[in-house]
Amino acid sequence: MIHSLFLVNASGDIFLEKHWKSVVSRSVCDYFFEAQERATEPENVPPVISTPHHYLISVLRHRIYFVAVIQSEVPPLFVIEFLHRVVDTFQDYFGVCTEAAIKDNVVVVYELLEEMLDNGFPLATESNILKELIKPPTILRTMVNTITGSTNVGEQLPTGQLSVVPWRRTGVKYTNNEAYFDVVEEIDAIIDKSGSTITAEIQGVIDACVKLTGMPDLTLSFMNPRLLDDVSFHPCVRFKRWEAERILSFIPPDGNFRLLSYHVSSQNLVAIPVYVKHNITFREGSSQGRFDLTLGPKQTMGKAVEAVLVSSQLPRGVLNANLNPSQGTYTFDPVTKLLTWDVGKINPQKLPSLKGTMSLQAGASKPDENPTINIQLKIQQMAISGLKVNRLDMYGEKYKPFKGIKYMTKAGKSVSSYLFEFLFI
Amino acid sequence: MSASSAFNDEKGGSSSVGEPEYGHDPASGGIFSSDYKRHDDLKEMLDSNKDALKLEAMKRIVAMIARGKNASDLFPAVVKNVACKNIEVKKLVYVYLVRYAEEQQDLALLSISTFQRGLKDPNQLIRASALRVLSSIRVTIIVPIMMLAIKEAASDMSPYVRKTAAHAIPKLYSLDPEQKDQLIEVIEKLLADKTTLVAGSVVMAFEEVCPERIDLIHKNYRKLCNLLIDVEEWGQVVIINMLTRYARTQFLNPNINESLLEEGGGGDKTFYCSDEDEDEDEEKEKQAEVSALAKRKPYVMDPDHRLLLRNTKPLLQSRNAAVVMAVAQLYFHLAPKAEVGVIAKALVRLLRSHSEVQFVVLQNVATMTIKRRGMFEPYLKSFYIRSTDPTQIKILKLEVLTNLANETNISTILREFQTYIKSMDKDFVAATIQAIGRCATNIGEVRDTCLNGLVQLLSNRDELVVAESVVVIKKLLQMQPEKHSDIIKHMAKLTDNIQVPMARASILWLIGEYCEHVPKIAPDVLRKMAKSFTNEEDIVKLQIINLAAKLYLTNSKQTKLLTQYVLNLAKYDQNYDIRDRARFIRQLIVPTEKSGALSKYAKKLFLALKPAPVLESPFKDRDHFQLGSLSHLLNAKAGGYQELPDWPESAPDPSVRNVEVPEWTKCSSREKRKEKKVEKPFYSDSEGESGPTESADSEPDTGSGSESVSVSVESGSPSDSEESEESSESDEDEEEEEKEKKKKKKEIKQMQASESEQSSEDDRKRDRKIKEQKSNSESESDEDSESESSQSESSDTESEVEVKKKKKVSEPKPPSKPLKKEKKEMSLLDLDDFEPTPSPQVTPVNTFLSNSLVTDLEGLSLSDSVLSPATIAPSSALKNYELLHRITGEGLSVEYCFSRQAFSPDANMVAVQMHFTNNATSDTKNLHIEDVKLQSGMRVKEFAEIELLPAGEATTAVMGVDFCDSTQAANFQLCTHTRKFFVSIQPPVGELMRPVFLTENEFKKEQSQLMGMNEISENLTLDAKCRNEHAIVQRVTTAANLSRVPCGSDKECSPAAPPPPPPHPHPVYRFAGKTVTSGSLVLATVATKDEGAAQLTVNCEKMVIGTMLVKDLLLALTQ
Repeated sequence: MIHSLFLVNASGDIFLEKHWKSVVSRSVCDYFFEAQERATEPENVPPVISTPHHYLISVLRHRIYFVAVIQSEVPPLFVIEFLHRVVDTFQDYFGVCTEAAIKDNVVVVYELLEEMLDNGFPLATESNILKELIKPPTILRTMVNTITGSTNVGEQLPTGQLSVVPWRRTGVKYTNNEAYFDVVEEIDAIIDKSGSTITAEIQGVIDACVKLTGMPDLTLSFMNPRLLDDVSFHPCVRFKRWEAERILSFIPPDGNFRLLSYHVSSQNLVAIPVYVKHNITFREGSSQGRFDLTLGPKQTMGKAVEAVLVSSQLPRGVLNANLNPSQGTYTFDPVTKLLTWDVGKINPQKLPSLKGTMSLQAGASKPDENPTINIQLKIQQMAISGLKVNRLDMYGEKYKPFKGIKYMTKAGKSVSSYLFEFLFI
Repeated sequence: MSASSAFNDEKGGSSSVGEPEYGHDPASGGIFSSDYKRHDDLKEMLDSNKDALKLEAMKRIVAMIARGKNASDLFPAVVKNVACKNIEVKKLVYVYLVRYAEEQQDLALLSISTFQRGLKDPNQLIRASALRVLSSIRVTIIVPIMMLAIKEAASDMSPYVRKTAAHAIPKLYSLDPEQKDQLIEVIEKLLADKTTLVAGSVVMAFEEVCPERIDLIHKNYRKLCNLLIDVEEWGQVVIINMLTRYARTQFLNPNINESLLEEGGGGDKTFYCSDEDEDEDEEKEKQAEVSALAKRKPYVMDPDHRLLLRNTKPLLQSRNAAVVMAVAQLYFHLAPKAEVGVIAKALVRLLRSHSEVQFVVLQNVATMTIKRRGMFEPYLKSFYIRSTDPTQIKILKLEVLTNLANETNISTILREFQTYIKSMDKDFVAATIQAIGRCATNIGEVRDTCLNGLVQLLSNRDELVVAESVVVIKKLLQMQPEKHSDIIKHMAKLTDNIQVPMARASILWLIGEYCEHVPKIAPDVLRKMAKSFTNEEDIVKLQIINLAAKLYLTNSKQTKLLTQYVLNLAKYDQNYDIRDRARFIRQLIVPTEKSGALSKYAKKLFLALKPAPVLESPFKDRDHFQLGSLSHLLNAKAGGYQELPDWPESAPDPSVRNVEVPEWTKCSSREKRKEKKVEKPFYSDSEGESGPTESADSEPDTGSGSESVSVSVESGSPSDSEESEESSESDEDEEEEEKEKKKKKKEIKQMQASESEQSSEDDRKRDRKIKEQKSNSESESDEDSESESSQSESSDTESEVEVKKKKKVSEPKPPSKPLKKEKKEMSLLDLDDFEPTPSPQVTPVNTFLSNSLVTDLEGLSLSDSVLSPATIAPSSALKNYELLHRITGEGLSVEYCFSRQAFSPDANMVAVQMHFTNNATSDTKNLHIEDVKLQSGMRVKEFAEIELLPAGEATTAVMGVDFCDSTQAANFQLCTHTRKFFVSIQPPVGELMRPVFLTENEFKKEQSQLMGMNEISENLTLDAKCRNEHAIVQRVTTAANLSRVPCGSDKECSPAAPPPPPPHPHPVYRFAGKTVTSGSLVLATVATKDEGAAQLTVNCEKMVIGTMLVKDLLLALTQ
């Protein structure tokens, strides 16, 4: 299975290597560097590279490439999924997964990697088991360790690995018993020039932070479970009860975890919470272009649209933009031609707009491409699909937990608006 | 010192050559000395007796390893600490040891004894970790020690140690392949392991060591299928991939009929054609063909094959993309065409994951879309490209969109493509243009539109776009050049502007090839090209020579000199390829005295009609690689790839998968008893059912015999046959019975109390019923008291029943004898299998079953020769449903089935028999029901609290649910003394009715009153296994609690027909029942026709019930 792992930073240095079988020379990464050079963008490095004796499977997260070396046939997704799990674990342990964080905690990282794979086959990937084996570094613990010379390695043995619910350790105790659930929905939409929607879909997740004593058995029911079209669960969720009753029944892991990801069926019309009015024109012959953009809220049920960020990739011919925002700030990067406008909150009474001129290269002809506009936004206390949690019940334990549910809507990978006309048909 | 400071210290005080961050250090000469000094430091620290110092040293050393620096000279100092008490030091030493043992084999041996001691430790986790490190040390000398350790660990008590042993197998194998045979033995042993913890790891070892030994899987196949859902996610991936291969060798192709059909002509295209008038005939033909084929090769899915498909399906909901992909490929390779569709949604879901996941999934989707386009069509929009996608994702999405394009969606797809052309990502634009070209070649309707669009692109300002368009247009024009001479002219003009060599070459080739269509322009182009010849790229030069040659042949008058000129230029070109070409062409076309033969054919050679290129997907035929595999992704066989075998011609013997001891039973006492039993070929599910079912069915027979009105004869025969067998059970039974009676009294009291609130009328009615049941004197208790007519009718029925029974009785015995035998067998099983008999089985009133028995007996007496019907209804297997899995129930597992008995406390309720098994190590107390949540109108009669269920024991209880003739689930909590479990019971529609006896005439009469909206009929093709009377009756009665209407009973009534009529070639089977709550009649008719075709008709006042029943019956009869 997985032979070795190399961590490569953005500038192409290997800053960590780990071998689970006999050592593979780091020169194998040269093939990866070649591919990296060929790729125009960092994310365009092919995830699977074939070399004469090995295969390199890599993922890019937080500007670090995690390159796994494989020697024989293995499902590529198996490796990719595992690498992402490694990154998630690092993030869980160190808060961030940056080169600096990994270098600072190199021994913990090494111990983690040692436990996660045995002979290249995943052994313990549940963060709950790992945390029992290797304690995450905290400031307090680091200090204590410095003074006493003690360790991060757990004294007790990983009993969780033997349990029927491997994701939860036994003997969890809290003085404040709390369970928080965040329903976060993302809209992905493509809107054409005239403002009509080409595609729009909502996908959501329920992230949980559960800090409950003992072995609680939770059930979460929805007011309108029929909205959920396609779901995937954390392994703790009992599939049969979902099938039969559309109820989430589970013994939760301790701490943060993603309970559910879902997709809202496309039959329901997706209401896009903002609209864009735009007028971007280049006149033939002149070296000036007009830029005019206005945003407005739409169907937000009275909730404020916040943290709006508009970005647009302007054509290559644009040298500079001289714009005037009615609120917020804008930046234009003359190298990448990326225009970003940090709007902030949309005030429905006074719609934010960005107007001004763009200067083009003198003598250059009118640019062909029309820019696309990407919008990011956030709406608190509302799930755009209308999904509502009905109730949360706890069984198996006597105490009364504190429960909280939060809703949020954001723009997904892209709410984009194409600004061009169609050529034919 | 913390880890972080350790790293920083080390970073500050050290350096090495080749480390970029220290590359600037000018004093590199001094580094080595400091390096040595530092290592001395470390050695000193390791030798000290303070754990803190040792730890600090080890942390530094590990940090060195992590950065890929050599720390091997520290080996002796480190290995001494292998027995250190401090657990972290120990772990870090292990890390070091595993890394360097291979290089320092002799020294590594020093540590072995420590691990050998660890292997004997009483703590399972220490045993496991010792084995793990021992097997990770790649030192050949210790192979025998490792082998021994693995063998011992494989039979360790702890599953965790066994898992570690499974992990160690591939390690040893890679160290010494000679050990293969011995390792296979260990694998075989571990494969038989019943714990989920081991399953994934051992299958992985199997795949690495002996993937060809598929025979080892046979015995474990069903177990693996059943365990699958509880195995950890990584193990699931490995198991599913292995089972895919296994299934390919063991089962038949489920699509065999369809693939034969496709070969036979038509293909599936006509099948989905919307043209209905034409299609109908074709359809019929097809059906005839299908049935003909089916006759030749009737395909029946192996139940094991079905088991695999069923048990993997829920895993499509996994959060792990690799698991989802594994299930998807399993369905793609193994499922019948109609069922593959379920994977599409899950795969589309994965597209929202990380871009690397998208990359792999899209590759696989691209392959799937070629074979099964329809599957992804509904998700077309999910493949639309977003401006934020990386280029490689965009190109793959484009590929999928192109594969999905057909006549109906092409316009939307083209619209989408146009927006892509405007993108700033040039690679992507080029790919889009090629995609348009492919759509145009595949879909004739849009060819002209596409061509026009592409021609417009020729005036694009971006040269790359133009060049790519030219290349694509060239390919398109080749299809019908005569229609598009103006486009060729237009392109000829472009030669002035386009600089991209490939595009220039394409234009020149086009002009040369179709120079007859553009006779005026062609020579002019050649003139221009001759001028710029020396500055052109090689590929363009070659095409110029080509063009010259072609023009010389068609229009030598104008171009003779030009051609000579070009050829002369080429003669002195730097590229030998071009020189060769020039020489060759000169010889060919320019007639000289020497060149005779060939130049005659020059025209034919150059201007032969060339076939239009077929623009194909690069993903075509990739599916011969197992999907989801690395080999599929690379489109090349990766090392260690196991070919996906072709389906076998005929299925290998399925009995190899039979196992003597069914795995599903966890309770040891039961297991022991089971071993004595006859081996059953069914997989565990049905295995579990057979016990309770048969007992449930056989008992009431005696019951009805002794209790119903027409007691006399029947009670005689079965009872004496059963006396002997039942003797042992009888005590128990009596006790049980008494308890039961007490319970019942209690229940009745309760009920009376509770119902006092209800309307008085209701009250009276129910009271009466209870009395009826108590007195046990009447056999008919179910009548809907509101409708008088039906009551009178039923009493008619009853009397008829009696008459017939008597008649039957007076007849000689032969038919009932085999019946007795059957019973004998059943009761034998009972004794083995069943402990205390559940309550309703001893409850005396069992009218419905006795009714159905009567019916069957009747069928027996009338349809003469065959006696099969008699046994059918009672022996039909009841299906067991899971109420509580033993894992979620923390050891308590509950199954339920619809026992089809009358629920004595309340006739309007459906009896649900629950079977509790306590698999936990502690006793379970106070099992009862709480917090019942029901739809309005539904009622539940709880079972009496089970005070104690000792560990390892099992018991049964019966509860009644009035579902109000709806399939809504009854939700409630199952409580033990410690826990509460949410459970729900959802009845299949077939269980909402009870059999009722009708004669054929009555049936027809009733049916005629339930026409129109109340009648639903469906045509179907009977499953190949289900063509005889026995099978049909059994399947219907299994799916729904109906009784068979005896056929030909009318004739029987007239005494003048002694020879029984010969069996009708196309028999009609009728079934009758009533819904439990409202008592509406439910009539089902299966009319068979030729070639397994049949018509199913259901008449029911309640249309919802009717439609649902039709669905269920259809399923039962066709699968």
